[in-house]
Amino acid sequence: MNGALPALATFVPLGASVALGGLGRARRWFVDAVALAAAGATTVLTVALLVQTREHRIIHWFSGWKPHRGVALGVAFSADQLASGAALLVAALSLAAFVFSWRYLETGKNHFHVLMFLFEGGMIGFALSGDFFTLFVFFELMGVAAYALTGMNIGEAGPLEGAINFAIINSVGSFVLLLGIGLLYGRTGALNFAQVARALAKQPATDVVVVAMALVFVGLLVKAAVVPFHFWLADAHAVAPTPACVLFSGIMVMLGLYGVARVYWTVFRGVIGSAQHELGLVLIGAGVVSIVAGSVMCFVQRHLKRLLAFSTIAHGGIVLVGIGLMSHGGLAGSTLYVAGHGTVKASLFVLTGVLLHRFGSLDEGHLRGRGRGLWLTGALFALGGLALAGLPPFGTELGKGLIEEAGSDHAWMPWVFGFASVMTGAAVLRVAGRVFLGLGAAEPDRSERTGRSSPGAEERETTAAFDRTPAVLVVPAVMLLAGALAIGVWPQAAERAQVAAARFEDPKSYAASVLEGRDSLHDTETMAPSSSSVVYGVAAAGAAVALATVTLRRRRPGARMQASLRPALAPVTALRSLHTGHVGDYVMWLTIGLAAFGGLVIVAVH
Amino acid sequence: MIRGLMPYVLALWLFLIGLYGMVTSRNLVHIVMCLAIVQSSTYVLLLEVGYRAGATAPIFKDITSGRSVVDPVVQALVLTDIVIGVTVAALLLALAVQVHKETHSLDPEDLRPMTG
Amino acid sequence: MNPRVRVTLFLVAAVGITAIFVWGFTGLPSFGHYPGPYGDEVVRRTIADRHATNTVTAVVMDIRAVDTAGEELILFAAAVGVIMLLRKQRGERLVAPPTFAEGRHPIPPSTPVRVVSAALIAPAAVLGLYLVAHGGLTPGGGFQGGVVLAVPSVLCFLAARIRSFERLHDPAVWEVARAIAIGAFLGIGFAGLIASTGFLANMLPLGTTGTVYSAGTIPVLNLIAGPAVATAIVLIVVELLEQVTEVRAK
Repeated sequence: MNGALPALATFVPLGASVALGGLGRARRWFVDAVALAAAGATTVLTVALLVQTREHRIIHWFSGWKPHRGVALGVAFSADQLASGAALLVAALSLAAFVFSWRYLETGKNHFHVLMFLFEGGMIGFALSGDFFTLFVFFELMGVAAYALTGMNIGEAGPLEGAINFAIINSVGSFVLLLGIGLLYGRTGALNFAQVARALAKQPATDVVVVAMALVFVGLLVKAAVVPFHFWLADAHAVAPTPACVLFSGIMVMLGLYGVARVYWTVFRGVIGSAQHELGLVLIGAGVVSIVAGSVMCFVQRHLKRLLAFSTIAHGGIVLVGIGLMSHGGLAGSTLYVAGHGTVKASLFVLTGVLLHRFGSLDEGHLRGRGRGLWLTGALFALGGLALAGLPPFGTELGKGLIEEAGSDHAWMPWVFGFASVMTGAAVLRVAGRVFLGLGAAEPDRSERTGRSSPGAEERETTAAFDRTPAVLVVPAVMLLAGALAIGVWPQAAERAQVAAARFEDPKSYAASVLEGRDSLHDTETMAPSSSSVVYGVAAAGAAVALATVTLRRRRPGARMQASLRPALAPVTALRSLHTGHVGDYVMWLTIGLAAFGGLVIVAVH
Repeated sequence: MIRGLMPYVLALWLFLIGLYGMVTSRNLVHIVMCLAIVQSSTYVLLLEVGYRAGATAPIFKDITSGRSVVDPVVQALVLTDIVIGVTVAALLLALAVQVHKETHSLDPEDLRPMTG
Repeated sequence: MNPRVRVTLFLVAAVGITAIFVWGFTGLPSFGHYPGPYGDEVVRRTIADRHATNTVTAVVMDIRAVDTAGEELILFAAAVGVIMLLRKQRGERLVAPPTFAEGRHPIPPSTPVRVVSAALIAPAAVLGLYLVAHGGLTPGGGFQGGVVLAVPSVLCFLAARIRSFERLHDPAVWEVARAIAIGAFLGIGFAGLIASTGFLANMLPLGTTGTVYSAGTIPVLNLIAGPAVATAIVLIVVELLEQVTEVRAK
């Protein structure tokens, strides 16, 4: 069977980008209309893919080269429920981004639309890939499009510098990935996931396989902005145009984690065998470090987009912990969490785009009180903050509950997750209170850190009247938050996710589907999310509100209080000082992370 | 045994020396070239794993089929990889040109988007 | 961070990475003994099933054609990105060439350079076309030939006056050409999908081994990929050259 849907879902957006590339002279409304139509069509295709993969995997062999005598020569795209879900999230968020950029976004002819479709197609191709090198090619495609999009606002130095750091670090990550692929090819002589898995099963886990696995993981974890590979994310987010940020935090980062899960379960599971638990602990450890560092850095930010970027790092850590549990409950929870977090985070970025449009600023202090009167934006912003904190019945709470249930052996889990929820939720709520209600002390403008000429001022990305908010800027935020709610409220979400996860984690069934066309999908028993997670969710939301209120007190702490707090805050200051913005430092951290992660993986597997 | 590993160690050396260049660099264009060196380590590794001693190029216009050839697949992969390298370098150099126009500097020390 | 601390930490990490990699290398088959099976199967099937003699091109344009499509799109993304990043900003003035940018020392083109460059344009173009057309038979192919096809533009820059160069290299025209080329590549892809064989399937008659037209879509895709690559590279080069040849003052 050569299912056409995976190929269509990938190449419709890519074809749209080429078509738009030839329409340089067309009017803006025409370009926008074509873009919306293509984005809508892609969304429909990915929905169809999700529906059709409920009972079987859909495999597409490119160029018609089907496997012959068990040897796969051609390139395969393999769609199962989780891959289709990821593709659907890409398509839905892209559609929201295109709605947001309708008419008002300064796009410089059609370049923005072209690059966005290349980005979208690249991400969908990455999610559906069943072959190592194709995975790499689409990884690079989504990377190159993203670097260009980040630097779009060329009028200031910031976007250019952010794009440079982004491009350099992600490129090094992709080369690490390719080195891993090369070692794996050297050992197995194959590039197709299923083929490599079968080849590995015939031999014991030699050193080169473990090293290759570590390299592939590191390459993907750079994209996933896991600590210490995360430095590029905040720099890129701070300066990229809003629709790009929607996609970066909404799904692009999470695709790195999806890649880790896909590669592990489909290819390396058989060879790792009994060492799976220890390997999982390494992933969980990395996740916890990201959670803590991301949450702390998020809370101390004043730049709205940077704040949201660090919260993505923290929540990505939660997803990684879920993956590291190495069970279908954990993976299912992570999947739901990705969907819930992606929609909420995207919505929050859309709302910051509204603030940028109205006031030309993204600085929390600068915006204090300016949002009074924007009641809808403010309410949505606060709601987003509560959703980040894990308020039921948002999808974030459901996902977290499943992960906590799967990880019930780890008593620390609800506390660490709670830390992330409270810190990131409180940061967003604090912003909401300060911007839309005018609460909090008036802070002196601290422009030296941003290095910009005028404190708090950002270059606007939109045209049209700045005293009104066009509907197209707010509607996506509403729809996205509604989506996050829908995921949490849908009664079968947890069950379907677990069945899908269990099938995802079955490499033998995957290989049979891909190489022999035999589908044998089994059902599994599912568990309900831990009932205490609802309580945790409400408690976290409440604590976030409380923390936000405390930090919004009108009077600043006195000099003596500040002096006594300083030693306690020393680690925070140290952590902040590590984020220097210097690309050489970032490369150094990447090398340290590569050595440390590689070493830990080797130790874990032996 | 180390002698047998030397070809692969070459790839590792390119990888590390390129990264070293990036860590110590004071010029953005130099960093882009170091990135190209890091990438060349991937070319070298890929071509090495597909090599067959005593074999010839996998093009059968002038040789009989059945003759021992090296692996054509890695050559195709490296071809794709080279194009990708060109594109990333082009983008980064364009960014460098613009950054220099804005800030009159190519030194990473001066080019920090944001700290903290 | 202090540069010395940075380098020291890097070197420590580098030692660790060396240990990890070398340990991994010991597990590889010894150098010069590629075990297959991918490469060997490809060689076996290409000549029999596709009548192609250049197995590398067969892999690039047929067996793994989707990787090539992705790569073309990456090149497309870079060209669009470069054009977008170097677009004229508010406050920049474009001054007609050949005045050079401030601070640059205009080097008057020397006659030998101009003559040799002009003389090489046609040979370079022919070589590029040859590489593209014969990609399925002998070393070469769409990409290799495409890069060579971009050379005449650079030679034109060296040989002619800048004004003539610019007239021949209007980005708007080249962008449309590029869109058509990549669109054709994807079009063949979709045609394969409609014929329900597979995206980018090789559907054309196979011809005789060893002649220029053989192996179905492989020469066709080569002929499309050549201009696609050439136009993208020319656009990137033109954009970057424009930064030098025209004054832009803010």
